[in-house]
Amino acid sequence: MSSGSYYVPAHSAWPILGVLAVGSMMVGTGIWMVHGSAAWLSGIGLLAVMLVMAGWFRDVIHESMSGLYDDQMDRSFRWGMGWFIFSELMFFAAFFGALFYVRTFALPWLDGEGAKGVTALLWPDFTASWPLMNPPDASISGPKEVLSPWQLPLANTLLLVSSSITLTVAHEGLKMGYRRTARNWLAGTVGLGVCFLTLQGIEYYEAWHHLGLTLQAGVYGGTFFLLTGFHGLHVTIGTLILAVMLVRVIRGHFSTEHHFAFEAAAWYWHFVDAVWIGLFLFVYVF
Amino acid sequence: MASDKSHKAVLQASEGGTSGGEYSSASQHAGHGAAPRGMMRWLLTTNHKDIGTLYLIFSLTMLFIGGIMALVIRTELFQPGLQMVQPEFFNQMTTMHGLIMVFGAIMPAFTGLANWMIPLQIGAPDMALPRLNNFSFWLLPVAFLLLLSTLLMEGGGPNFGWTFYAPLSTTYAPPSTSFFIFSLHIAGISSILGAINIIATILNLRAPGMRMMDMPLFVWTWLITAFLLIAVMPVLAGAITMMLFDINFGTSYFNAAGGGDPVLFQHLFWFFGHPEVYIMILPAFGIVSAIVPTFSRKRLFGYASMVYATGSIAIMSFLVWAHHMFAVGLPLVAELFFMYTTMLIAVPTGVKVFNWIATMFRGSISFEPPMLFAIAFIVQFTIGGFSGLMLAIAPADFQYHDTYFVVAHFHYVLVPGALFAILAGVYYWLPKWTGFYPHEGLSKWHFWLSVVGVNLTFFPMHFSGLAGMPRRIPDYALQFADFNMLSSLGAFLFGFSQLLFLVVIIKCARGGVRAPACAWEGAVDLEWSVPSPAPLHTFEVPPQTRDGQIVRP
Amino acid sequence: MTIFWICVIIGVVVFGIMGYSMIRHRKSRGAIPATFHENTRIEILWTIIPLVILFVMAVPATATLKDMYDASESALDIKVTGHQWRWQYEYLGENVAFTSSLATPREQINNTSEKGEHYLLEVDNPLVLPINRKVRFLTTSADVIHSWWVPDFGVKKDAIPGFINEAWTRIDTPGTYRGQCAELCGKDHGFMPVVVQALPEAEFDEWLVARKAEAEASLSDAGRDWGLEELMEKGEKTYATICAACHQPNGQGMPPAFPSLVGSAIVTGDMQAHIDIVINGKAGTPMAAFADVLSPVELAAVITYERNAWGNDTGELVQPAVIKEQLSQ
Repeated sequence: MSSGSYYVPAHSAWPILGVLAVGSMMVGTGIWMVHGSAAWLSGIGLLAVMLVMAGWFRDVIHESMSGLYDDQMDRSFRWGMGWFIFSELMFFAAFFGALFYVRTFALPWLDGEGAKGVTALLWPDFTASWPLMNPPDASISGPKEVLSPWQLPLANTLLLVSSSITLTVAHEGLKMGYRRTARNWLAGTVGLGVCFLTLQGIEYYEAWHHLGLTLQAGVYGGTFFLLTGFHGLHVTIGTLILAVMLVRVIRGHFSTEHHFAFEAAAWYWHFVDAVWIGLFLFVYVF
Repeated sequence: MASDKSHKAVLQASEGGTSGGEYSSASQHAGHGAAPRGMMRWLLTTNHKDIGTLYLIFSLTMLFIGGIMALVIRTELFQPGLQMVQPEFFNQMTTMHGLIMVFGAIMPAFTGLANWMIPLQIGAPDMALPRLNNFSFWLLPVAFLLLLSTLLMEGGGPNFGWTFYAPLSTTYAPPSTSFFIFSLHIAGISSILGAINIIATILNLRAPGMRMMDMPLFVWTWLITAFLLIAVMPVLAGAITMMLFDINFGTSYFNAAGGGDPVLFQHLFWFFGHPEVYIMILPAFGIVSAIVPTFSRKRLFGYASMVYATGSIAIMSFLVWAHHMFAVGLPLVAELFFMYTTMLIAVPTGVKVFNWIATMFRGSISFEPPMLFAIAFIVQFTIGGFSGLMLAIAPADFQYHDTYFVVAHFHYVLVPGALFAILAGVYYWLPKWTGFYPHEGLSKWHFWLSVVGVNLTFFPMHFSGLAGMPRRIPDYALQFADFNMLSSLGAFLFGFSQLLFLVVIIKCARGGVRAPACAWEGAVDLEWSVPSPAPLHTFEVPPQTRDGQIVRP
Repeated sequence: MTIFWICVIIGVVVFGIMGYSMIRHRKSRGAIPATFHENTRIEILWTIIPLVILFVMAVPATATLKDMYDASESALDIKVTGHQWRWQYEYLGENVAFTSSLATPREQINNTSEKGEHYLLEVDNPLVLPINRKVRFLTTSADVIHSWWVPDFGVKKDAIPGFINEAWTRIDTPGTYRGQCAELCGKDHGFMPVVVQALPEAEFDEWLVARKAEAEASLSDAGRDWGLEELMEKGEKTYATICAACHQPNGQGMPPAFPSLVGSAIVTGDMQAHIDIVINGKAGTPMAAFADVLSPVELAAVITYERNAWGNDTGELVQPAVIKEQLSQ
């Protein structure tokens, strides 16, 4: 409930600059995909998006530290971040949904099982399997081999799970006013994030160049790369956010009570971590 | 910041006419420096009323662009044979018409109304995240410029229907499809962020004393709509991302040769698409639930059941998506499941209609333009509901699916339904926005011409559909000729009578009969406690309320 | 239609009450508003009654649906394949297959000649079916999603590329039945009708035997040596019904989706590349594989035609026997 001190910013150039940035990033990427040129526009757009976010958040931080925000504003941010994460969850849900659909319905039908098994008339030689090594049509070649879950993916799971723990320790430290603890554990978390991304990069290289596991390698390749790829993108963003939080911890921006930016970053990180568990189970293990 | 003088200028800029400067409040607004003027004011604004106005103007523009496309379609279909356009272009018109009306006209109109009215109805100083609000709006013009520009690209714009089923929209699509996907991504980001803002506003910025069950139904329906938006727009984003990868990077999501399934696209699309249908109708329910009690001078019947009905419609909207896909060859169990759930949705929807009628029953009814549109909404939406029920019965749907019967059905829900509710809302709240009543005579002309036009357009489509005319065809067999001619005549009547609406709005912005703070005799919600026109800043100090009424300003 | 009448009755009652209020309870007649705003009993009532009505509707619908899904024990299986923009019918196990394209002349569509009685609902080769036998349709597609629809049979099933859907019918009366494609499938979606000729059982059996003989004759015909002129003549016909929809009657196509064939590198260049693209199609483009759609003679004829029409004058021809051999590999 409002107390009458809710801060309403007068006007701001950041949103419209953000729109221009997002627009050029999208249009640039489109031109690049369709015509193979103008990748620079996409790059400039991306850079501009990051600059706008930096500027926009700088204003917010400034307003926050000048004491313009009250508890009600804090709740607005909490609702905002919470629902944003929910929207991200639904984005991943679409890709998980596609994965489950393909495995549960499409492939068995193509192989002649289930309600639409008569489909096998079209694909007499096809045998369903998961991971799908031999797609129905010979013109699409499947992967030669897939990644074992018990090597790099397991290591990555351990990395991300422990990063959630280190982040929680950092948060507890912050709440108790131990800034040094917060700083060190947060730095550790960022480090774990970087390690994860490095391993993921190695894994991609391995898959693409040695195992024949590419985007074009049938539906397994597509589901694998889009799920892990969008997750990797989120880890990248999360690591950047945590790095910014690290700088802010070092600069002493956070008090023991008021540090929602830190908490929001933590929520985001835990969310990314939880998605990984789903990935590990349904993309790698089962 | 907002002195009387600058506020006057502000009003003139926004409404192009006489100001209501006398009402402007001495503001303790948190901004610093002079307010930007001219174009910059609109580009940089964080004010919910400015942004609401922007949304509404944008939506009206899109309505006319999409309307022109509809008239191109109806002109071609006036007679059998190909007269005006070739099939390739015809398909682009049907696709663009659908996309523009859904994502460019109806949704932004509701978001505009939400921006304007939710803070006023809950006694909030503005939206919870004002800068984000501006960002959400300005993404839209970019998205739609990009979308419209595809029409000029080599190979033409999207030509695969607004539902863009793969593989027609992937392997067999024009090169511009990637741009179409990005424009939809941008529009989607706009919707999601807008919805987050609306939820945060409703949950967090209600005036002291206003409980959830005190909120006007427009606020309730928007709360639930916003939840739907956040839940399903990302799924659409996921689906079009898969399309993007199938097109540009050779993945096999929707390609059986690689182990995928074209029908997977339809599942994803309609998992978004059915809640989307309710996104376009729930706020309409909210508007009608405000207007009917006002002009019946009687409290809304069954407020609580209205809220529960809205909630259950929203929840069930996640469980009915495949009724759009009865003909794709779903397994029997799935077909039965989706048939039953779809039929069930008729129950809460019926409750709403009964409640509105019970509100009118033994009221003291008068027929001002908002009420006329609201009553027409109830009748015509119910017709759309009945045809929906007929479509829900799977064995019968095999006959109706993808015919003009479906076209008639969803247009009845969306045009004489959602659009009429938007028009009702605009007529209802125009006095609050401009300080003047809309011209009564012209408004009524607009209403009657629209009602005749819209029914002449869409009612015959039921018959052409039942007679077996498939949808999305540029030319048709001779037995459908009479119905199509009627539809085309109706479309022109309806289309051109919307120019009258434009005249009414412009006149109303410039002057007319002055409206008091409470512009309608039976109106009770909070927005009627602030002056008309509403000053740029309202409820900066939140009012104390009880049972949804101000007890201490 | 029972549902329609139920809807009408509900509509009359509901709008009747509404109309009554609008007339009796208007302010201009001095109506004083009542103050009631809820009534639990009536609210429960108008939740329960619709539920009961819906239940009553659902029971017969469920039974019908189950019956429609039971395609077992059919006497005849027809594989229906949608192509942009024609239908292909295969009588499974009978070795009979043909394509069925729109027969309405272009002039009627462009309004330069009087439209016939069955404008847009007429084809060159209708699907021929027997009456009184359970016929099962296996619908699929070679390119995009189509939907095979004959209203009188109550059959509308999407034709999904890579998957097969089942439907069935049993026709009671001989005659001609007409329908259309019911799923947007691109440019000529409005121009791919379905026409079914239903024959008495004995007549159908005769027809099938004759058709089988024809197919065999055409196959052996492919073995002989063909001259340029007769290939050109046959090729022109095949081109007009099959290829002209995209590549246009004058061969100019509609770039970028449908490239021009006039002076094209493939059509005027290496013969084998030309044969390959016609037989196998080109992945990732709308160019379909015609190996299963056209006979060896038609394939040879259309390739020969393309290489010699519109000033392509390569003078080259390909023998049906060559195509036949390549197809059997």
